[in-house]
Amino acid sequence: MPQSVPLAWYLALSAILFTLGVAGFLFRRNLITMFMSIELMLNAVNLSFVAFSYHFKRVDGQIFTFFVMVVAAAEAAVGLAIILTVFKNRATLHVDEVASMKN
Amino acid sequence: MQHLWIIPALPLAGFLANGLLGRRLPKAAINGVAIGSVTLAFLWVLKVVASGGAPLEHYFDWIRVGDFAVGCDFVADHLTAVMLLVVTGVGLLIHIYAVGYMAHDGGYARFFAYLNLFMFFMLTLVLAANFLVMFVGWEGVGLSSYLLIGFWFLKPSATNAGNKAFIVNRIGDFGFTLAVLLVGINFGSLDFAKVFGSLGGWPAEHSVGTLTLAGLLLLLGAAGKSAQIPLYVWLPDAMEGPTPVSALIHAATMVTAGVYMVARFAPVYLKAPMAMEMVALIGLATALFAATIGLAQNDIKKVFAYSTVSQLGYMFLGVGTGAFGAGIFHLVTHAFFKALLFLGAGSVIHALGGEQDLRKMGGLRKKTPVTFWTLVCAAVSIAGIPPFAGFWSKDEILVSAYYHAPWMYWVGVVTAAMTAFYVFRAIFLAFFGEYRGDAHPHESPAVMTLPLVALAALSLGGGFFPVPRWLAPLFPLAEHHNNALVIISVAAGLAGIFLAWLFYVARPGLADATARRLGWVYQMVLRKYYVDEIYGAAVVTPVVEGAREVLWQSVDVEVIDAGVNGVGKRARALGGVLRRIQSGYIRSYAAWILMGAVMVLAALALAGGAK
Repeated sequence: MPQSVPLAWYLALSAILFTLGVAGFLFRRNLITMFMSIELMLNAVNLSFVAFSYHFKRVDGQIFTFFVMVVAAAEAAVGLAIILTVFKNRATLHVDEVASMKN
Repeated sequence: MQHLWIIPALPLAGFLANGLLGRRLPKAAINGVAIGSVTLAFLWVLKVVASGGAPLEHYFDWIRVGDFAVGCDFVADHLTAVMLLVVTGVGLLIHIYAVGYMAHDGGYARFFAYLNLFMFFMLTLVLAANFLVMFVGWEGVGLSSYLLIGFWFLKPSATNAGNKAFIVNRIGDFGFTLAVLLVGINFGSLDFAKVFGSLGGWPAEHSVGTLTLAGLLLLLGAAGKSAQIPLYVWLPDAMEGPTPVSALIHAATMVTAGVYMVARFAPVYLKAPMAMEMVALIGLATALFAATIGLAQNDIKKVFAYSTVSQLGYMFLGVGTGAFGAGIFHLVTHAFFKALLFLGAGSVIHALGGEQDLRKMGGLRKKTPVTFWTLVCAAVSIAGIPPFAGFWSKDEILVSAYYHAPWMYWVGVVTAAMTAFYVFRAIFLAFFGEYRGDAHPHESPAVMTLPLVALAALSLGGGFFPVPRWLAPLFPLAEHHNNALVIISVAAGLAGIFLAWLFYVARPGLADATARRLGWVYQMVLRKYYVDEIYGAAVVTPVVEGAREVLWQSVDVEVIDAGVNGVGKRARALGGVLRRIQSGYIRSYAAWILMGAVMVLAALALAGGAK
């Protein structure tokens, strides 16, 4: 069996990607960027799923990844539709200006 | 099968027709429905009575729980037959009279609908073959009485009187309800026949306590409905209702339901001598007490109302001393002459355009001759002058009282003298002397005077109906006859009439002078012994004030309301804090989620990781 990449590396990469996603979501103001950050977080989680699945030689993680991908696809469809509508109505994608729920 | 159900069903149909459609019907149709239904019921009663009554008729099971069953059963024995004849017969005459009396009233259809509803419940009451069906009628007549007392509901005094009647009757009905429960528990059945049948099998020492209690509770119910001490206070106020109502419900039929009930439950009372003695004592006390109040009243209907209370006391005295037949006999003759007195009073009131004060009447003998002569017929009857109706029944009661306890007889005789006095006082004040009012008296129309004449004939000749003999299969005939006692009581009645004549015709100033000389005694009688005031201070005010101060101001406002409002206020305050979190900024939500996730992870890490 060839020398494979250790599990910890995958997890470290997954953690870095997830943190980037969180930071992007929290600090960027553009809705599209925030949306992409969410995708990044989801994929970071997918990566750790697959890594664990390979490490423990169990198929559950792979199956779960498919679920996450399906959800992500659905979310992308809905989310992009919302963003489009917001832009149509407000002519802006600045997230702090989309706060009509506040008042 | 005699189809007894038809008798109450006819007035019920009349009630539904007039009550639901009456506002759109012409007066002739309303009259036709109301009087027609009662006439047909009366004819059906005649048919049933002619065939000697009817055995128990079972229509359907009303309640069935295990072995315990209550059916919708009617029965018409001889006692029921008497009541049926009185209720439908006198009721029919009063319905006819009401056509004239209520002719100009706005609530014409409503009035006849209620009157028919009353007939339905009253007939149910007397036809019932078990306690529960009787209770339905019992409560129903109370309801229709309430509706009719408060018929002119825009008048506060009328609605108050209706409430008073209903609430006072609740106290009595409470006793009746408890008695029904007691019987149900002890006998396992509510059928009259079964309960009375199994009475004989009870050893006296076991049964006497239970039966005395049942008898006293039933007496409480009877005292409420039949206006006996201490629950009589509602009946004089009930005169706020239209006069035909006073005649039908508050003189002839409903108020006698208590007497009927005691007679119906005679087997129970005969096994509970203490309860029966109590019936006699209450009746005697009420008869005397109400008669003294009647002496000084100035409202013509109030005089007759107290007279009704007093005469009901006589009936209780009769049934309480074991003369059940005589008590029912007096119930019948009283229905004749007292209905006549009220209808005559109504005719006078009608003639004077609503005036009820005796002090503003006088000299009406010439203006309203038919009313005058029919009222005289009623008066000689109630005064116990032979050979008119009241003499026969009252006399039997008094003789029975004498052989029970002589002092009761003497109190009864004094009451008889007072009765004659106050009735003739009312007649002399209304029909003799000079007219003291300012209306234009006129005789009532024929539709009103014809029932008066019919009732006058019954008041004069009703004593020859062989009621006690008819009831003999149920209640044995009295063995006692004593001519001396009869002569004394007749003399008392004549003395009462003479005194009234002396005071109000021969020497008109004498009454006022005597009243002045009697001073506070007269005031006390005029004010009805301040019983209403005493009840007000002892019962009504504590209840009302207690409800206001304790239940409303303290319990409701300070505990319940404050509790509910307090919960609301806390929730609001908490919400005020929590809503700051809902900033509306997506990024702040995200930050909260992150913080939460970090805290969960930190907690997991501190706890040693996920296992």
